[in-house]
Amino acid sequence: MSEFKIVGKPIPRDDAWAKVTGELKYADDFSLPGMLYAKVLRSKYPAAKIISINTAKAEKLNGVRAVLTAKDVPHNETVTRFGQSSEVGKGFEGLYRVLADKKVRFMGEAVALVAADTEEIAEKALDLIEVNYETLPGVFDPVEAMKPGAYLVGENNSNIIGQFGCSQGDIIKGFAEADIIIEDTYKVPFVDHAYLETEGGIAWIDDYGVINIRVGSQVIEHFRDVADVLGLSHNKVRYIGTMMGGGFGGKEDITVEAYLALLTWKTKKPVRLFYTREESILCHSKRHPFVMKYKVGAKKDGKLVALNAELISDAGAYPYLSPWVNLYATVNAAGPYCIPNVKVRTYCVLTNNTFTSANRGFGAPQPNVVYESLMDELAHKLNISPLEIRRRNCLTTGKSLSTTGQVFKTYVALPEVAEKAWEALGELAKCEDKNRKVGRGLAIGLMSYGRMTFLHDSSRCYVRLESDGSVLIRSGIPDLGGGQVSLLCQIVAEELGIPMSKIKIYYSDTALTPLAGTTTATRQTYMSGNATLKAARKIRKRIISKAAELLNVNPDKLDIIEEKVIVKYNQSQYLPLVEVIKACNTAGIELFCEVQFNAPFTIVPDLSNIRGMTFPDFTFGAQAVEVAVDTETGQVEILKLITCYDVGKAINPLSVEGQMEGGSIYGMGYALMEEVIIEKGITMTPSFSEYIIPTAADVPDVKAILVESGGGLGPYGAKGIGEPACSIIAPAILNAIYDAIGVRIKNLPATPEKIIRALKKEYFEK
Amino acid sequence: MKKIEIEFIVNGKKRRIFVKPNDLLINIIRNDLYLTGSKYGCGIGECGACTVLLDGEPVLSCLTLAVTVNGKEITTIEGLAKGDELHPVQKAFLENGAVQCGFCTPGMILTATALLKENPNATENEIRDYMRGNLCRCTGYVQIVKAIKSCVAEQKSD
Repeated sequence: MSEFKIVGKPIPRDDAWAKVTGELKYADDFSLPGMLYAKVLRSKYPAAKIISINTAKAEKLNGVRAVLTAKDVPHNETVTRFGQSSEVGKGFEGLYRVLADKKVRFMGEAVALVAADTEEIAEKALDLIEVNYETLPGVFDPVEAMKPGAYLVGENNSNIIGQFGCSQGDIIKGFAEADIIIEDTYKVPFVDHAYLETEGGIAWIDDYGVINIRVGSQVIEHFRDVADVLGLSHNKVRYIGTMMGGGFGGKEDITVEAYLALLTWKTKKPVRLFYTREESILCHSKRHPFVMKYKVGAKKDGKLVALNAELISDAGAYPYLSPWVNLYATVNAAGPYCIPNVKVRTYCVLTNNTFTSANRGFGAPQPNVVYESLMDELAHKLNISPLEIRRRNCLTTGKSLSTTGQVFKTYVALPEVAEKAWEALGELAKCEDKNRKVGRGLAIGLMSYGRMTFLHDSSRCYVRLESDGSVLIRSGIPDLGGGQVSLLCQIVAEELGIPMSKIKIYYSDTALTPLAGTTTATRQTYMSGNATLKAARKIRKRIISKAAELLNVNPDKLDIIEEKVIVKYNQSQYLPLVEVIKACNTAGIELFCEVQFNAPFTIVPDLSNIRGMTFPDFTFGAQAVEVAVDTETGQVEILKLITCYDVGKAINPLSVEGQMEGGSIYGMGYALMEEVIIEKGITMTPSFSEYIIPTAADVPDVKAILVESGGGLGPYGAKGIGEPACSIIAPAILNAIYDAIGVRIKNLPATPEKIIRALKKEYFEK
Repeated sequence: MKKIEIEFIVNGKKRRIFVKPNDLLINIIRNDLYLTGSKYGCGIGECGACTVLLDGEPVLSCLTLAVTVNGKEITTIEGLAKGDELHPVQKAFLENGAVQCGFCTPGMILTATALLKENPNATENEIRDYMRGNLCRCTGYVQIVKAIKSCVAEQKSD
């Protein structure tokens, strides 16, 4: 195509109108007559034996329609699956338990379900359920939980649920060659997704006897898992995914769906279940805390020669996506650098803390904090600028990842983005106040887009051109707020030469829309974008071919612009699109199609030494910040924040910038303020008064610099940006703090208290 | 619990309903009046997603007892546009990409509307300070602040 008409333009999203007017119906904005209200009874203890449960009093309460415990769940124990089409085996398919049975593993674990006529009655019924617990010691530190003889969280004889490794070269030889070696241990905390919309949905049984679940979910393919829980065939459960009020990985696991399905199946009535904010923080997944022990060696000129890393993550009480997250961390552990000698070992360990799973970045943000802090330390010790040390070591086109050896066949923008981000900081801010110290930091990184290739990922899309020139799209794509749905409309509008207003899209429905796979792993632009492009181009080809026949010109000479099939370079010669459609319909030419796009497929790697391709491709970026640190209060103010990524092609620059800006601030919260504090299994931060996320007054303006190399695997050369956008800002901020005040924070978040303590320690040591 | 009759104006229309003394405004608006644009985000006044205008002032409907709005005028997000004509703040949010997941959007737009009425020439710092009670997890506030700035009558720097 010669020139883009709609792709690449910063246009309002398809869903924006309904959102600014309040018309959009999210999961909780829907109700049905006779609907029951569900509540979940949750464990009071992080580790305890369940001696007995007595539900008799609750069942007798007027207005209570069902009380369910583990014994009422047909298949209470299944395995965690996330929509993959290939078998990936035990290492990745952990235990999924619907309701606690015999033992509770974390505070807030679901023990019983209630459905009642009103929310108040359901709450009262929870109080009437008698659970007799015998508390157990539990284990709350993953390092302790790894030791032989540690308290066993689950039923297996070890708390370690995943071990990964990769290596290249010889680290002993590598460290022997090094002129400088740095060794350190970093820690990062639990993080909450803190989407504004908590987890929830409504379920009912429809006229076909199918359980319908209307829910905010990133993975509508969980309909199969819910059917398995009930022992029903997969076609007896239907997910209707709503637009989500944020996802960030937190709606990737099953949330309320199994509970809803069980209660509606039992009562035969519609049932509603929504988590309170407290419940969302206490009981649903968190980002993995990691303890990361690193050793890096470099020559005097800053060239890296060896890296050894041991990463231990806290999986919490159940596996969920922990092994997968750990694999990402393993692959990312050596960062975007060429290092000849590397060894990485990762351990994923059960504890009696709240379970951890996907959270934007999926195992990349954690190691990124360490290797980018260590690069900065090397730069300072060797007196090389932060930009120069990265230039000397970063991966370039044709090089391979130092952990897995995966070769980068497409453009590697690292040198370009690093320079652009660093230069965009401009002049250093002057500071009159002697207690406010200004400093700058840089971080670069890479992150995959698209799922792990051994999951054999695919996406399907259906496109139909109507006789009046309007278009119907059906795609199973869930939209968590990133504009995933609107993107597909934009691609079809571009290819078929029609305005966005003439497109209607049905999305995220397992009965109605072809399955497009999960809105996770920064995969939808790439996967569903390509599927939609493929479908639209098939129809475009049929239209062009018919028009060529009617106009008696070569098809190559035709384009579709503004609802006309025109002869390029002679735009006065054209046919209205509807005329060509009419001719196609008369001739019986199909103006609809369903297609499937497949990612590259690989086999499950040897997990003890992962080599070769594990991801389709990567997005490369750099972030630079300038901070002012108040040495009296420890307060960090971010003065400038630059985010620069090679996004391949920005299909909607407004959305891409939105991801880069929002991702930066999501990561800024990680760096400076956010921590779910869990003490001995008890969450101490159950609301937004304790779990602090950035407000408009806390954040700087963000300058987003888009590099469009066209080198991505997505439509028009696009790459994914959602997760990469938040994965390196934290170390950029830590490096800027060091530059400003000479202390390095190695334990996130870098709160004022930690900074003051570190400054005091530094002062007394000198 | 005994119900009390209250009368108030919602989006220009007079409504008369019976509420319990402990009914919260958010629940009345969402469940009884079916105006679901006002969102539940936290239930305890920490996120701003349930913001509505009460006699033109932004209030958190999750912290407001329904009985207290007797005789008053409420504007929810559904009452801002005139038919198909968006309010300038809605239009600015739409055009500036200030909407991602959209869950904070109704509260943001109503708070911004109140800000601009109070201070039509708000500076960027004043905007950020006024909006601090409305949390957003998606945008990093960049395009939200940009959208509000575009509505400021007279652009000036801080």
